[in-house]
Amino acid sequence: MNKNVEKEIQQNHMQIRFDARSVNEGLARMMVAAFMTELNPTIEELADVKTAVSEAVTNAIIHAYQKETEQVELICDRKDEELTIQIVDHGIGMENVEQAMEPFYTTKPELERSGMGFAFMEAFMDQVKVESEPEKGTRVTMKKNIGSPIER
Amino acid sequence: MEQQFTVNGEKLVVKMPRELDHHYATGLCSQIDLMIDAYSIRKLVFDFMDTEFMDSSGIGVIIGRTRNIGFLGGKTYAIHLNGQIRKIFHASGLQRIVQTEGEE
Repeated sequence: MNKNVEKEIQQNHMQIRFDARSVNEGLARMMVAAFMTELNPTIEELADVKTAVSEAVTNAIIHAYQKETEQVELICDRKDEELTIQIVDHGIGMENVEQAMEPFYTTKPELERSGMGFAFMEAFMDQVKVESEPEKGTRVTMKKNIGSPIER
Repeated sequence: MEQQFTVNGEKLVVKMPRELDHHYATGLCSQIDLMIDAYSIRKLVFDFMDTEFMDSSGIGVIIGRTRNIGFLGGKTYAIHLNGQIRKIFHASGLQRIVQTEGEE
């Protein structure tokens, strides 16, 4: 009966900016989790996205900037079940993105992180794209399909 | 947040925080290293009972401490892993260097 009526696309957008301080890693995870609520994610999906966001934001804070007053931007978009998250900085950027994405590769071994940040993003999201330019900054774009919203 | 350490002979149990990210990991590494040194620890147990979130910074904490205590002939254990933490352990291959049961 209503077959010809096209289903309305459900969408939402959120954009926040915060200081490049490590205390804001938790803030970024919380904001994304809150944004995802209306997609009715499973606990596992929620945890996966939080992990990926934590990795990307930590990278921006540790590697991109030397000063804590610089800004990291978190952009979330939802289009039906598809969640897109972008983490943007205007820091030092990367010469060789492919190398940076190799597991265990790190430029700061003294920090004793595992060098697995990008590997985790790729493991826990459906798609990860990294664009970077030295002295300009880095944009990480990640996508994931989240369950399916409750039919009403 | 309060860090909880329990020393029993040469065994140190570290109660891991609710959220283990880079922000928290930074201080944790040096605290554990100090404890290993001060109490001649040879068995290091990470207790994830209260942990709901961990990212690759947590992996760094565990790999680094396992290496340090390995030099002294010690071993590392991780207990009370929930689904998410277990997934992180598997994704990183951590379960190959850290015993995840037996030291409750």
